[in-house]
Amino acid sequence: MVECSCNTSNEELAKQLDKIIDPYRDKPSGLIQVLTKAQNLVGYLPKWAQVQVAEGLGVSLQDVYGVITFYAFFSLIPRGRHKISVCAGTACYVKGTKMVTKALRDLLDLRPGQTTPDSRFTLEIVRCIGACGLAPAMIIDGKDVHGRLEPELIPELLEQYE
Amino acid sequence: MINLTIDNQKVAVEPGTTILEAAKNTGAKIPTLCYLKDINVVGACRICLVEVEGAKTFIPSCVTPVAEGMVVRTNTPAVIKARKLVLELILSDHPMECLTCLRNQNCELQDLAREFGITEVRFDGAKSEYPIDDSSPAITRDPRKCILCRRCISVCTNVQTVTALCAENRGFETLIAPAFNEKLANMECVQCGQCTLVCPTGAIVERDDTAKVWAAIADPKKHVVVQTAPATRVQLGEALGAEPGSIVTGQMVAGLRRLGFDKVFDTDFAADLTIMEEGNELLQRITTGGTLPMITSCSPGWIKFCEHFYPDLLDNLSTCKSPQQMFGPLVKTYYAQKEGIDPADIYCVSIMPCTAKKYECQRPEMNSSGYQDVDVSLTTRELGRMFRQAGLDVTNLPDEKYDEPLGISTGAGEIFGASGGVMEAALRTVYEVVTGETLENIDFEVCRGITGVKEATVQVGDLSVKVAITNGLGNARKVLDKVRSGEADYHFIEVMACPGGCIGGGGSPIPTNTEVRLKRIEATYTEDERMTLRKSHENPAIIALYDEFLGKPLGHKSHELLHTKYTPRGVNK
Repeated sequence: MVECSCNTSNEELAKQLDKIIDPYRDKPSGLIQVLTKAQNLVGYLPKWAQVQVAEGLGVSLQDVYGVITFYAFFSLIPRGRHKISVCAGTACYVKGTKMVTKALRDLLDLRPGQTTPDSRFTLEIVRCIGACGLAPAMIIDGKDVHGRLEPELIPELLEQYE
Repeated sequence: MINLTIDNQKVAVEPGTTILEAAKNTGAKIPTLCYLKDINVVGACRICLVEVEGAKTFIPSCVTPVAEGMVVRTNTPAVIKARKLVLELILSDHPMECLTCLRNQNCELQDLAREFGITEVRFDGAKSEYPIDDSSPAITRDPRKCILCRRCISVCTNVQTVTALCAENRGFETLIAPAFNEKLANMECVQCGQCTLVCPTGAIVERDDTAKVWAAIADPKKHVVVQTAPATRVQLGEALGAEPGSIVTGQMVAGLRRLGFDKVFDTDFAADLTIMEEGNELLQRITTGGTLPMITSCSPGWIKFCEHFYPDLLDNLSTCKSPQQMFGPLVKTYYAQKEGIDPADIYCVSIMPCTAKKYECQRPEMNSSGYQDVDVSLTTRELGRMFRQAGLDVTNLPDEKYDEPLGISTGAGEIFGASGGVMEAALRTVYEVVTGETLENIDFEVCRGITGVKEATVQVGDLSVKVAITNGLGNARKVLDKVRSGEADYHFIEVMACPGGCIGGGGSPIPTNTEVRLKRIEATYTEDERMTLRKSHENPAIIALYDEFLGKPLGHKSHELLHTKYTPRGVNK
């Protein structure tokens, strides 16, 4: 597994994570808030961060891991610079979610939940994004909506994301 | 009281009662799979659905409190159809391996499939595929057989406060396992096996070591000896179809001889020996300013728990090995010399109500005889299996006596199987050793029973001994936290890892619940009262052992063979 892709060392990140944990020390109820902040800090939730959160809040690693794997929001793997969220709501699903994910797989060798080895893209599947009129659709980086997708259009539209 | 109607019968129950519990008053048996009273009340499996008048959908009765005027029907054709559907859906992702499953004929899912007359599963969907985790010497996990009921998680987290398991991912991908799907052997699982008692299927079971024992018995060069733990004699009957609380001591001995064991000895003997060593260790600690409180060390699940979660309290643990592990080296030294047998040829088997004993006998330090002291440890369930394989109707065999000398024991050794028993046995001996007087009333009632934390002050001569007794690791935690913070001023604490003590251990016959535990406890004290000798220091075989071999309690030889060290382990390593 690729460790943190940014320039800050794990040691430095661990110190910053301790500061995040401090207000919640031995308070299991703070788990989701702390994990959210931890993910914002590190980019994802590697095992060392989970252990640190577990020990800080006085809960078991099993408690932490169970919560992380329950919520799609939390990630166990490093995230790419750009997040592709392919809609699998009913309209998009009918109009071709599978065609879109196949195109991304063919183009980038990228499957849902994965990140490209160059850390450029992370792919996730999401439920209805409210753009049913544009189905099939996807959102990149949580803001750019791309609709009426066809496989041959995808390479070009990805070019703008370095 | 809340008044409601269940199956056309009027019922009045306390507010807060669930429909499931209320229905027991009408004689209706609502099926359950995930429900465990007071422990796992989560509504996960949906087999307990009932019809409630006015409700749009079927209602899970295990998690729905009753309401005034409620009209419930538990067995309409629609309800039964829905339950069959639920069962079929569970079975559609279940390996149909009943004939080759350790829980065959002792499986709640199989029972329901039979009761509902399921002859086909209409759904042919994907099946979960996971590798078996057989890393642990005690417990084997096969997640393919898991029905996601969460009983194991609840008992591990809420009763034992170990939290070795969690539900990972969601929906069809859900897996009950340690974080990162870690192997049970590599983490803070204490091997207590309470999960194996509550699993409704064969997803978590004891490691079956019966083949090793059959092989040893078949080997003419091996001198195979067996020791039976105190609790086994009040448990084994159940594994062979008898009522809970049946006492089968003499029949078990007879059966073991018929299986081909060369000598049938008793862990009760080693329990008496434990009292001699541990009682003297306590007195030594009190008189010489040693680490107090001293905590008992008979329960290997508790030892592992302490090593992981309370490594700072390891000095408080008695250095005495457990009775199983005191017995092992004695067989391969004292007994071997006495009988002129090469210890290399001795194969030592133990029968235990415990899964953690399998782990304990493989700990690297447990070889003070120069060999692995106890070669293999079987649970009561496995012994039941061996008797069935052998076609022995053990409950109808004549009573036979244990072999001498390691089969001679007292009532004090016998009560080791119940919560409070080690404490009571120690008090019987410590009192007489300290005061030199005969104890008038040897029944320390205050030690007995299933209450999670028991406390008492016992006058021993001039000394007021403050004791605490806990069963179930969650209860141990309450007392240990007080010790850690310096709030507690106990001299002696007894900890048994499993609820009720060893009679409720992870290797016990299934089912093991509170009602069954109470019956086994009652049987234990009945056995104690039947014994002629009821104090460990009066055991003639123990007196002879010290005379002929050990010298004195806490002497050089005792330290070599009967005492041990512990390893701080921590968590998340």
